[in-house]
Order: sequence, then structure tokens, then C-alpha cells
Amino acid sequence: MNISRKQFLKLTGASLLTLSAGKLWSALAYAGQAVRHPVQLIRGKQLAMLIDTRKCAEHPDCTRCIEACDQAHNIPSFKNRAHEVKWIWTEPFENVFPSEETRFMPAGLKERPVMVLCNHCDNPPCVRVCPTGATWKREEDGIVMMDWHRCIGCRYCMAACPYGSRSFNWVDPRTALGELNPVFPTRTKGVVEKCTFCPERLTRGEEPACVQACLAGALLFGDLNDPASEIRKQLETQRTIRRRPELGTGPNVYYVI
Amino acid sequence: MRDRVWILLGLGAFLLLLTSPLWWNVRARAGLKGPDLVLPADQKDCVLPAHEMNVSHMQLLLQWRDEVVRQEIHSFKAYDGKVYDMRLSGTCLSCHEKAKFCDRCHSYVGVKTPYCWDCHIDPAQTRPALARRSPQ
Repeated sequence: MNISRKQFLKLTGASLLTLSAGKLWSALAYAGQAVRHPVQLIRGKQLAMLIDTRKCAEHPDCTRCIEACDQAHNIPSFKNRAHEVKWIWTEPFENVFPSEETRFMPAGLKERPVMVLCNHCDNPPCVRVCPTGATWKREEDGIVMMDWHRCIGCRYCMAACPYGSRSFNWVDPRTALGELNPVFPTRTKGVVEKCTFCPERLTRGEEPACVQACLAGALLFGDLNDPASEIRKQLETQRTIRRRPELGTGPNVYYVI
Repeated sequence: MRDRVWILLGLGAFLLLLTSPLWWNVRARAGLKGPDLVLPADQKDCVLPAHEMNVSHMQLLLQWRDEVVRQEIHSFKAYDGKVYDMRLSGTCLSCHEKAKFCDRCHSYVGVKTPYCWDCHIDPAQTRPALARRSPQ
């Protein structure tokens, strides 16, 4: 077959256009449809915590909940702040609730230490960004769970969490552990970790370690979807606040101020 | 034909090289005897028959891992009807001693120590060994 250069170029162009027409069409057709992540339907329980900061303030030196958690989960205590690993800890009120701060606040409130932990959000941003499915929201009880076997340490979840609830193991945690709890694993270098609401205790019918350790009754744990639960009654009878609800994450840790 | 000596010598060296693992074992007195495992004294049955545990304990452990962490299944019904808690440190190591069972066999068959132990704790060596290292 004899074709001129002009004819050859025409033919090539036409074929390429035909081949790409399908792709072009689908790209145009779907351009207007953004990917949506619908809020998950409630399937079972939604475990939540209510923290009474007034009771905490009555015992300013009490760290029982933190110690109980550290002990139960083999959480290392690094002297270097950059290496810190925290599941439950305190932050000053003004940092926990920046939008609640006013110029004239009751004395001591601004500096009042407030317990903070993972909020086990309804719509957890950490889960959405995890590339390996190492963190997910459990359908049966709403816990934002972690599978440390599957975590690759990319720290997307840490960037996504607006509450700073997640810590990264920069150093082998076993180098900074006191007494080990042999029935709970430590983590390894290069893994992210956070509060899990103690599912290993819940299956035994026990409350989370921090709740059990609190003698002041400042921590209340329960199921939000159960209208008869104590936490529901408490939430319905007094004013509570949550951390940065405007973000749409739906945090499940409530605070009485 | 003048190279006969060299050919035979070469063949001999080749055979020696080929069979060197055997000679190596003879020298190390490995013999046919398996690893010296310490079996639990008070238990006779494991969660699966011994020969099955022998060949597929790794798959079983992976299955336990996924079921416990991701599916909230915590108990395992053994072949003899007994129900076990699916826990590595809590259940497996309550009968077996890691150093004298797991490690000995793994080292005998030349398996790299699995990374289970990077996180899961051998109850036999909790605080004393770890406390000696200084915190950072």
C-alpha cells in the first residue's frame, strides 16, 4: 500500500482520537461528581466517655488514670518529648477548647488540666486516610480500632487527626518501659498508636483501665445508643461540650466544665 | 589420557563440595536427632494435633491474629472440644517456654526468629532484662 506522509499522519491522528474518545467521555461525564464519604449508619453501640473536669480539678495531683493506662498497655515513658507516646494525658483547658476561651474566665479555668484521649469519632478522619486499613471504626461498638500488625508507620492518620490523639514510635518502646504487662503487647519502632477504649478489657466485661482506676468518678464510660445508659442520662441532664465539633468528626468524648 | 589424574581430582573435589553440607553436619554432630525441645509437663494436648501444629502453627497464629484483632473472635474451639483463649503470650506461652521450645526449633530448622516477639512479650523475661537498659 502506498500512502503519502500527509495521509499517514491524518490516519494516526484519527486513530488516536478514536482510542481516547472513551476515556475523554468518561472523564467529562464524571467531572461533576465529587467522591463522597457518607456518614456510616449506626449499626450497634457507640461507646463514649464523659469526663467531669470539675472532679479532676479537685484532685490536681491525681494521675491514676494515666498510670493505669500506661501500665495496662505498656506505654513507654521517654524523657525526650519528641519521642513521647501518649494514650490519655492532660492539656490545659485553653489548648483543649481554644474556642471556649474568653478574656474574663473564672479563676483557674484557663489553666485547668483537662484529660484528653482519642475521641473515637463518628466520622474519623484517621480511618479515611489510612492506606492499609490498619485503623478502622468497629461497627459493633464504634471504637476506632488499630491493628498494629498492619500499620506501616506512614503517619497519615497522625496528620489527619485534629486532636493529636496519635503517637508514633520513633524509638523502640521497649527501651523506655518499666514493669511490663505480659498479657498486652508492646509496640515496635515505626508504628502509630493511640487509645483503643480497652477492647481487651471490654470483652472480659470490665471497664477501660482509666475508668476503673479513677476514684473520683470523673470518668464515665458507656453506650450512647442505649437510652437507659448512665452516660446518656448524664448527657441529657447537664450541659457538656466536645472538642472542636465544628470539624464534623463527631467526637465521642464529652466534657463537663 | 594424560589428564586422567586431573580429571579424577577435579571430580573428587566437585563431589566433596556437593556433599559438603552432609560433612558439615557430621562435624557439627547434628545427626538425625531433632532439636532438643522441652514440652509442657502438665499438658498433653495442644490446640491442634501435634503434627498439625508442627506444619501449620504459623497459619493458625495468623488466623488467630486476624480474628482477635479484626473480628472480635476471642475463643478457639480445639479439635478435642476444649475452648482456648486466642492469645500468644497468654495461652501459648502459658504452656510452652519460648526459649526452650519455639526458639530451639526455629534455630534448628534455620528459621529467622519471627517478628511476633518485637511486640508480644515472652512472660519468662519481663522486667529484669528490660530494666537494665536505660530510658531515653
